[in-house]
Amino acid sequence: MKFIPLMWRNLLRRKFRTVFTLGCIFISFILYSFMMIVGTAFSMGMDFAGADRLWMMHKVSIIVPVPASYLNEVLATPGVATATYATWFGGSYQGKQNQFPVFATEVPAYLKLYPEFTVPPDQLKALEADRQGAIVGADTAKKFGWKVGDRIPLMGDIYPSKNNDPWTFIVDGIYDSEKTAVDKTQVLFRYDYFDENRRPETKGQVNWYVIKVADPSQSAAVATAIDTHFANSPAETKTTPEKAAIGNFVKQTGNIGAMITAILTVVFFVILLVVANTMAQSVRERTNELAVLKTLGFSDARILMLVVGESMFFALLGGGTALLIMSLTVSRGSLNMPMLPVFAFTAQAKLVGAVLMVLLGLVAGALPAYGAMRLRITDALRRN
Amino acid sequence: MRWISQTLAVTLLGVRTIPQRIGPSIVAIIGIGGVVVVFVSVLSIGEGFRAALTAAGAPDRAVVLRGGSDSEMTSGLTGAETDIIKQAPGIAQAGGRPIAASEMMVVVDLNKRSTGTPANVPVRGVEPESFTIRDEVKIIDGRMPRFGTNEAIVGRAAMKQFSGVDLGTQFKSGQLDVTIVGVFSSNGSVNESEVWCDSKVLQGAYRRGNSYQSVVVKLDSPASFETFKNWLTTNPQLNVSARLESEFYAAQTQVMTGLINGIGYTIALLMGIAAVFGAVLTMYTAVATRTREIATLRALGFNVGSVLVSILGESMVLAALGGLAGGALAYVGFNGYETATMNFQTFSQVAFAFKVTPELLSRGLIYSLVMGMVGGLLPAVRAARLPIATALREL
Repeated sequence: MKFIPLMWRNLLRRKFRTVFTLGCIFISFILYSFMMIVGTAFSMGMDFAGADRLWMMHKVSIIVPVPASYLNEVLATPGVATATYATWFGGSYQGKQNQFPVFATEVPAYLKLYPEFTVPPDQLKALEADRQGAIVGADTAKKFGWKVGDRIPLMGDIYPSKNNDPWTFIVDGIYDSEKTAVDKTQVLFRYDYFDENRRPETKGQVNWYVIKVADPSQSAAVATAIDTHFANSPAETKTTPEKAAIGNFVKQTGNIGAMITAILTVVFFVILLVVANTMAQSVRERTNELAVLKTLGFSDARILMLVVGESMFFALLGGGTALLIMSLTVSRGSLNMPMLPVFAFTAQAKLVGAVLMVLLGLVAGALPAYGAMRLRITDALRRN
Repeated sequence: MRWISQTLAVTLLGVRTIPQRIGPSIVAIIGIGGVVVVFVSVLSIGEGFRAALTAAGAPDRAVVLRGGSDSEMTSGLTGAETDIIKQAPGIAQAGGRPIAASEMMVVVDLNKRSTGTPANVPVRGVEPESFTIRDEVKIIDGRMPRFGTNEAIVGRAAMKQFSGVDLGTQFKSGQLDVTIVGVFSSNGSVNESEVWCDSKVLQGAYRRGNSYQSVVVKLDSPASFETFKNWLTTNPQLNVSARLESEFYAAQTQVMTGLINGIGYTIALLMGIAAVFGAVLTMYTAVATRTREIATLRALGFNVGSVLVSILGESMVLAALGGLAGGALAYVGFNGYETATMNFQTFSQVAFAFKVTPELLSRGLIYSLVMGMVGGLLPAVRAARLPIATALREL
């Protein structure tokens, strides 16, 4: 610890070099954080999926509808705590560019299935009394400046209304969430209003069911029981735990994770070279001094520590500042991309970032430090 | 003249002595090369995706969907409506019949070979005219399907990316039960990601009655599109929208290419800043190690400008080397790499190949030169401002 002032003086010796090395590391860790946020967005909150929730959809594809009338049979399946259905409405607000998830569902039941969505009780009551009512996610409400009581017209791209006018909903409530990585862009509106006003040929059909099991350890058994029950019905079903269902959907986009890993590998390889090169130069310039220190009785191990300590300082200061700034600024906000509503810099990503920082400091300092440790005093003093 | 030859001489001297500073120089080259690899390869994804979709569109073909729909998936037309659409003026005729096809489109879950997880694979219900309209569709293996039977053909890319639709297999999904009798190609377009069968068979399997999702037509000429479109939109029996096929497919690339470009440019910008910092360090070292040399040149009468330009030049030479290496690496590593992704706008899979175009490569090279110039600027100014007397005395 008492050698920290010595290390500090060494860093100040070439201020220009110190500043640019720090800058390089800082920017790289900003980039790391950005990539992690993009990765989390593409994983669509998979890691935060409810362990006790199942999704049931048509066996062929989610675009093939399932009858809403299956609900009672689903609820009657042993092990099912509660359930409801939802339909992807696919609306747009004031032009095609403004799209967000809009679901027709039994809203109170849906909110019970997703306790992470919090709605003030009086707003939920208002919805129950209002057939045209909708509960809107805080992110979407903020983006378009909607307030409770506003009337919002949405074009039904998949479900045109009877006379091709926009559908009109009334914002009865706004849901928010205390948890990270929760989709706050959804618009939920009443299924009875939807079913009454859509065209007759699609009536009574829904896209998927959300099912809550009483005991998460029995999820697989409950899923099998449901699928067996509907096995020879007009619409055969496929029931999957929510996490697996989201995971399958995520994999449809492609291997985003591998891409991110590949890019970050390049980035870290480059900064590793930059920092190692800085350290090598710094050691080369100080060969004489290091020899003097050794003459004074500094042990090899201590010399090693001095050099590694310096590179560690670069890595921790540059990387740490970047991670800190990103955590502070990212806690609120969104990528503002439809289909990627989840926006979070996860604790896991921060932890991995911290580990990378330490590794960078160690590896970049290792070779120059080893060289410094192995210096023979007589040679080093003579070297110019 | 004298100034130019001076500058050239100093620059060459700098470049020739690069091997003496090989360590830091390689760091700068790799740093900038790394940025260019990432930049070019990320953008090549968007480029490939766009190429697959735009290859499907021709300027003398049009797509008719239900009014308000952007994609076949959200569209719906009754058989009666499609019959009226086929009467529209401007459609090319063959043997007294309009060259137009009513088509249906659904997605089925098939496992992706790369992950083994289900993916939304598009299945298109076609009519015989579908082949006349899309003359780029060629059977490359097996044979054409016979209409009126449960025979299907699979796109080259779909067969490669998804399991369960190989040539000769019986492909079952819900009520759909078809045999794959052929494999087709279509200039690498998005159609190659699809499975095609008789639209009547698909209607039956999905209990769609006599309904379709789109009508594709071949126009007399691109110029007759206006007539065609006006007739449809003013027809009180219809509520449809007509688009030139080329525009229809170009619009479907917007979300995905926007997303890829947005992410790609952000990464390239951040990485670029980091690489510039690396280049600054390298050039700073170059100046520091050559302090005495530069001072000597100045003392001999070489002017400030030529010293400044020579440092910039050296930095740009290193950057160009990095840019070229990065571009070459991206080309060798990723050009033609085949994969499939979900098109959010159509909710179905698109198989495509990464495309490292000459335009992308030149953009990468230009970017590397910009990085080299910015990185060389500060050290160059520093070199130019060295006080000769003290610099000569330096070690």
